[in-house]
Amino acid sequence: MSGAIARFRDSDLWWSFKRSPVTILSAVVALICVGGALLAPFIAPHDPFDLASLNLGDAFKPPAWDEMGDAIYPLGTDDQGRDVLSAILYGARISLLVGFCATAFATIFGVSLGLLAGYIGGAVDSVLMRIADIQLTFPSILVALLVDGVVRAAVPREVHDQIALFVVVFAIGISEWPKFARTVRGSTLVERNKEYVLAARVIGVPSLRIMASHVLPNVLGPVLVIATLNLGLAILAEATLSFLGVGVPPTQPSLGTLIRIGNDFLFSGEWWIAIFPGLSLVAMVLSVNLLGDWLRDALNPKLR
Amino acid sequence: MPDAAVFVEAQDLVRHFDVSRPILQRLAVREGKRILRAVDGISFTIPKGTTLSLVGESGCGKSTVARMMVGLYGTTSGHVLFDGRDLKQARAASDQRRRLQMIFQDPYASLNPRWRVADIVAEPIRAFGLAQGRDAVLARVAELLTQVGLSPLDGQKFPHEFSGGQRQRISIARALSSNPEFLVCDEPTSALDVSVQAQILNLMKDLQRRLGLTYLFISHNLAVVRQVSDRIGVMYLGRLVELAPAETLFTIPRHPYTRALMEAIPDLEMTGRTRIPVGGEVPSPITPPPGCAFHPRCPLANDRCRRERPELLAAEATMVACHAVQEGRAG
Amino acid sequence: MPNPILEVRDLRVEFPTRRGTLVALDSVSFAIQPGEVLGVVGESGAGKSMTGAAIIGLLEPPGRIAGGQILLEGRRIDNLRYEQMRRIRGREIGAIFQDPLTTLNPLYTVGDQLAETMLTHLPIRPAEAKRRAIEWLELVGIPAAAQRVDSYPHEFSGGMRQRVVIALALCAEPKLIVADEPTTALDVSIQAQIIALLKRLAREKGTAMMLVTHDMGVIAETADRVAVMYAGRIAEIGPVRDVVKAPRHPYTAGLMASIPPLDRRVERLAQIDGAMPRLSAIPQGCAYHPRCPKVFSRCAVDRPELMDAGTTDAACWLHYKSPAHA
Repeated sequence: MSGAIARFRDSDLWWSFKRSPVTILSAVVALICVGGALLAPFIAPHDPFDLASLNLGDAFKPPAWDEMGDAIYPLGTDDQGRDVLSAILYGARISLLVGFCATAFATIFGVSLGLLAGYIGGAVDSVLMRIADIQLTFPSILVALLVDGVVRAAVPREVHDQIALFVVVFAIGISEWPKFARTVRGSTLVERNKEYVLAARVIGVPSLRIMASHVLPNVLGPVLVIATLNLGLAILAEATLSFLGVGVPPTQPSLGTLIRIGNDFLFSGEWWIAIFPGLSLVAMVLSVNLLGDWLRDALNPKLR
Repeated sequence: MPDAAVFVEAQDLVRHFDVSRPILQRLAVREGKRILRAVDGISFTIPKGTTLSLVGESGCGKSTVARMMVGLYGTTSGHVLFDGRDLKQARAASDQRRRLQMIFQDPYASLNPRWRVADIVAEPIRAFGLAQGRDAVLARVAELLTQVGLSPLDGQKFPHEFSGGQRQRISIARALSSNPEFLVCDEPTSALDVSVQAQILNLMKDLQRRLGLTYLFISHNLAVVRQVSDRIGVMYLGRLVELAPAETLFTIPRHPYTRALMEAIPDLEMTGRTRIPVGGEVPSPITPPPGCAFHPRCPLANDRCRRERPELLAAEATMVACHAVQEGRAG
Repeated sequence: MPNPILEVRDLRVEFPTRRGTLVALDSVSFAIQPGEVLGVVGESGAGKSMTGAAIIGLLEPPGRIAGGQILLEGRRIDNLRYEQMRRIRGREIGAIFQDPLTTLNPLYTVGDQLAETMLTHLPIRPAEAKRRAIEWLELVGIPAAAQRVDSYPHEFSGGMRQRVVIALALCAEPKLIVADEPTTALDVSIQAQIIALLKRLAREKGTAMMLVTHDMGVIAETADRVAVMYAGRIAEIGPVRDVVKAPRHPYTAGLMASIPPLDRRVERLAQIDGAMPRLSAIPQGCAYHPRCPKVFSRCAVDRPELMDAGTTDAACWLHYKSPAHA
């Protein structure tokens, strides 16, 4: 393990990381977002889900620095008297969870199909890639809305509320897989004709094993970049769905839900209810995207 | 070596590739199918423990033959016989499959960059179950690395830590790890510097002597081929134009193309003779010329050559496919 | 001796990396006379291509010239700005690379590219340029030049493309041609045609040529003098016949011996054990000493400069004569 750490500290990746202040800043912001979300139950000043602790009398409190503000609600409260800061911390949890799971789903699904298409070729390749092409002609948010709509129509209301989180993850994940599949297919087409793959074929290693142990590790570089960039997109997609009211259930508000709620009060002067969740979302997505950009440049030897 | 038993045999091998454009484009421009005749009827035998080399310029089909001989490409028609069995059957059984192995040209592409050298060399050992348990596998890997002139400690490194010549040694160790009897070597030294090429050629000769290996050696370099071969086949546009014992080929080259090839090699001895390079270029294997494929560049071509394709026929110790040689016009 | 076309003095090229500065070329000095072909050979990584790149001002960043001078007809060109160097590259130095496609623009016909080059560098009119473009294509042996002049690069085969590149490099009538592995990507029969062509044109036009290749055979056929490079330095330089037939540096001798002969079969080829060191690990003293069969104590300590070794100059302590004897 210490050997792995030493290797990383000696690697080009770490070196280019240290030389990019923007990247370091992004990493710090991303770490704060992730840390805040993970540790929400411990660091949040209030529990926004504990109905007993809510006091409607505390509704619409402005941020603490406003003269009408209250020090125990640093970023103010919403229409229910919930602490906005706590809601953001808990909401970021949901946003990140959905983002990570959707990206992981899209990555695994897309990479598997891309490997199969590229390695096997022929009809398998044609069918998979035409499906990907067709899907890419629709905006991915439309695909996600469609999936969500179909599930809503298919299952009863109470069941839907229970599986809503999974539906959102699936809807966002399925809308993003073609990017992964196409990239991996392209790299696989290159790798499968390289001589180390031929050497494995000569000794009769089964195709699935060759794909998993030879081709996969050599096509993962670009996947890592797309996955990082995609994480930002997935978080945004979730926020969009929740803003439109079709995403996560209202009992588990994400950043998108918070912005939707705040949106109703934006013009009546209670700006903080929407603005602070919005700023958090921007910080989170921007830092992830900047990290993704850096990773893309650092892993591309041509740009160095 | 006529008394040695035939070990590997190619019977009238043909391999076509469909290089047509996608069907919609083809219909749009009213174009027929385009068939690339990479290999167009090749037969040879390799006795056990000997080396047959195939030489020719790029696009002559020699690498396609190499890949057919280990089953990486199927045959459009014809058969490969391996130790008396059809190659397809032989490759279906793992105790037969392990007897044939391949060494590749590019030492930078033939080793998986993400694997440690020990795992690369051990892959065939594990695939064929040739050693049981981690320690036995590693002991065998250490033995193989020593055999090709590397240190057993090199097993812990990654391919990028080695030079081209060392990588080719690793490649050879991997090929040897399944105790093969037949090795197909596709331009094994073309990507190497000349001093390293000598190391690898010497190593391959040593291994052949020690392990009784049979080689099919593919190269574009006639001087290299002369050092390693028992017999040599010269290929042009998917066919053998001459097949002869190595010394015979160099002392009495018969086919005009063989002569042109030898003529084209830069002369290190600096005898000051002026060479007359053969004109023209290799035609496309999609639309090969009628008759003898070499006739557009051949100084001896006549009407028959333009019309009728010559067969590979015996002329003393040599097999040669040339009307001029068979008619005694070659001089 | 007449004034040389090209003179390289003590050239040093460095690559700054994060692990320290690599010295890719060190103390490289040679000269090329008018009409002379200097061959530069060596194994991959010896610095032969980099020498060519430094001369034509196309070192890949972060590589940079850290010392020495490059003089074209007595004028320094190593410190010129990119724009000035670009003008010299077309007009006074022609470049030929291994892959013709890197030189040819796929969007223009070969005739337009030839005419454009001549119009930029020579005082002629467009109609004259067009006429000369056809002449050049004929000269480099492209059949039906009058028709092919309007073809695009992809319509030519590899060998024909390299002929077009040669025409392009020569059409502005440069004084020097730097050819980097011009025949390596070609088949032997085509290679022979291209070598014959280069040789003829260099003779006819009196152009000096620096021919970089790993192929001793090509050098033996084409060059007048040859420089053998090892680990970023010149190991031996001299008339081609002397270097090939009676090499004075043990590395050249080993290199020559390891070339498989065409005219006979040998049981064992002479081999040089080991490999050329990486730039990051060049040994002290003579860079070749760990592989040298004639190594002695001094080789591991002092780095030899080129010294008179009789017929050639070799960087080897075997040929050192102490000043007292001289």
